[in-house]
Amino acid sequence: MSATSIQAPPPKGFFTRLRESLFSTPVDCVVTLLCAIFFATIIYKIVDWAFLSSIWTAEDEPLCRDASGACWSVIDARHRIIFFGLFPFEEHWRSTLACIVMIATIVLSCVPWFWSAIKLSALWVLGFGVFYILMHGGVFGLSVITPERWGGLALTIFIFAAVSIFGMPLSILLALGRRSELPVIAKLFGLFIDFFRSLPLLTILFTAAIITPFILPGWLQGDKLYRVIAGFAIFFACYQAENIRAGLQAIPSGQDEAGLTLGLNYWQRITRIQLPQAFRNSLPAIVNQFVITFKETSIVTIVGFFEILASGAAAYGTGKWTVHYIEVYVFIGVIYFLFVFSLSRYGAYLEKKLRVGHG
Amino acid sequence: MGSFLRNRKFREIVFQAFVLSAVAALLVAMVMSTRASLEAQSLTTGFGFLERSTGWDFSFSVLPYSISDTYKKTMLIGILNTLLLGFLGIFLATLVGILVGLVRTSKNTLFAMLGTVYVETFRNVPLILQALFWYSVVAHLPKPRAAISLADTVFLSGRGVYFPVLNIAIWSVAIMLILFIAWLFFLPWLRNKMNYSASFYAIKKVGWVLLPIIFIAIGYFARIPETPLVDMPALKGLNFRGGMRMPPELSALVIAIALYGGAYIGEVVRAGLMSVPKGQIEAGFVNGLKSRHIFTRIRLPLAIRAVLPSLTNQYVQLMKATTIGLVVGFSDFFMIISTSINQSGQTLELLAILMGGFLLINLSVAFVMNSINNKIAIKGYEVKS
Repeated sequence: MSATSIQAPPPKGFFTRLRESLFSTPVDCVVTLLCAIFFATIIYKIVDWAFLSSIWTAEDEPLCRDASGACWSVIDARHRIIFFGLFPFEEHWRSTLACIVMIATIVLSCVPWFWSAIKLSALWVLGFGVFYILMHGGVFGLSVITPERWGGLALTIFIFAAVSIFGMPLSILLALGRRSELPVIAKLFGLFIDFFRSLPLLTILFTAAIITPFILPGWLQGDKLYRVIAGFAIFFACYQAENIRAGLQAIPSGQDEAGLTLGLNYWQRITRIQLPQAFRNSLPAIVNQFVITFKETSIVTIVGFFEILASGAAAYGTGKWTVHYIEVYVFIGVIYFLFVFSLSRYGAYLEKKLRVGHG
Repeated sequence: MGSFLRNRKFREIVFQAFVLSAVAALLVAMVMSTRASLEAQSLTTGFGFLERSTGWDFSFSVLPYSISDTYKKTMLIGILNTLLLGFLGIFLATLVGILVGLVRTSKNTLFAMLGTVYVETFRNVPLILQALFWYSVVAHLPKPRAAISLADTVFLSGRGVYFPVLNIAIWSVAIMLILFIAWLFFLPWLRNKMNYSASFYAIKKVGWVLLPIIFIAIGYFARIPETPLVDMPALKGLNFRGGMRMPPELSALVIAIALYGGAYIGEVVRAGLMSVPKGQIEAGFVNGLKSRHIFTRIRLPLAIRAVLPSLTNQYVQLMKATTIGLVVGFSDFFMIISTSINQSGQTLELLAILMGGFLLINLSVAFVMNSINNKIAIKGYEVKS
């Protein structure tokens, strides 16, 4: 064989690659053409419905009857209900600010600079604290607004943040407990985790909201919102614990043994050797669990909370707005999509980056 | 005594005994506290209430029922409704998923993008929002008078979807189902028994022809007398008579679960198809197989083997997701239980039934899927322990 045959082929140009991936066979050409037509039609229809033929302001609502596009008047007129629920009108700026603070916290915790236990905890405690003070008030001259009047996007974000901040430490505890060398402890934690994982989230939230008042003595009950968050956090922690456990199991045993020979005690080995590597191993799965949790916050609407889904239903629920349910659902769907899609893209990016790091 | 305390083994045992008794004490305290609060409301505990009649109505049932039925029967209906919703949803989601998985692994990038857009759209919006959306759409279909008719047999209306059914007794359907499942289990058994001989394939062929004939015969004998064989829905006054009605709650949930689950299952299928080593496919080409045979004989079987565990996971998740039926008022197991709790106050017992029921459903799904997995796993690949 001549030497030329083992040379790498010359890099393919953009058009060559395009031709190979789109027009390699006659059937391919037809499929590509059909797809192009389909995409063009769909995109045109969506743009036409949402932007070109749509009605934008609340005053123009009478025009909606004849318009072929979306009637965003309902959003213009009722967006405050969707975003804020029953939060007092004059205090809406607090709810807005609180949401911005919490979103900033979430975004900042995606930056690798913050990835240490101390920095992350500080960031979240601070962000959550500011969020809570803004929403609840009672200090710095802010009027007190009790959780029953929280609603809309702020409540969704509050539930997500609270579940994360309480569920994460719990999940580490559960994962370590399940891997304990003491058989009774490992079995107990395993039973606990498997029990909660076998149940639908809704049954757990339902139990927390409606049935725990029967089970717990009065002084332990607290507000319905906090009970639901506690139940949700336990559910979240059980799933997250399994992700962390998978990360722990992937660590070669030599790592822990090296720690032992250096004379490190249990907690030193856990916090300095095992957990950092476990998090690195299962970071994509952990991020994915956050994505799922954000979507699942919508389930609290069934146990009677006024989060963004319920407030959306309320937004189109009265008078002349009842016919515009599609616009409201699309609007809420887009809000969810923005959060969930960006988080899941971030997870996919992490997965790729970590895989490169592993070589 | 002092040496005991220094003994690590001894300390560990004492610690574990302490934790165990603490957990037991906690559970006992919870039960006692519940008892006390229930007695304060003068409710008796126990499962005696299951024999009482409920006295309330609900939206949908696969079995005929009345409000004087017992709690026991109502629970059963709830479980059957959940199973119906789950199976319909999972079945359609699997079809959608296979389609999406195929589209996403297409070599044509534009065609593959179609699948990507689908997956990203339906996976990133909560299921419950999708269910509410579809419920609004289905419930806003025209009134029965102006129903959308598909070839005058199936009618879509805001009151539900109406379609024709056969006027045959329900027991005969059960017999057919049992026969069919028995046949499916009998085939692999016979194949191993007859060692893949030619006569086995002859029997298989005859069986597949005979089975429909037997079904038709059973159906004929099980006809409900003095009714036409096919019960067609027809507009009588303001509503449809005859045929079968699929209520909007069920349709909306099935659509939502099929589309949402389809996006997830599509990703599973894609992962499976991508996991098939390239060499396997190339070997097929070298042996002169047609590309459709390479797909049905090599890629698909290997992909199914690779993804069955994650598919099981998805099925269990979707089964659990059926609980959101409550949000559109579909009387699934969860809704029946929560109504029962409101009506009878037998909180603890009903909670136990709810958890037991879901445990049973999920374990059965996992059991069936794991048995299939064990049956088709490539022997010799896994490390025997």
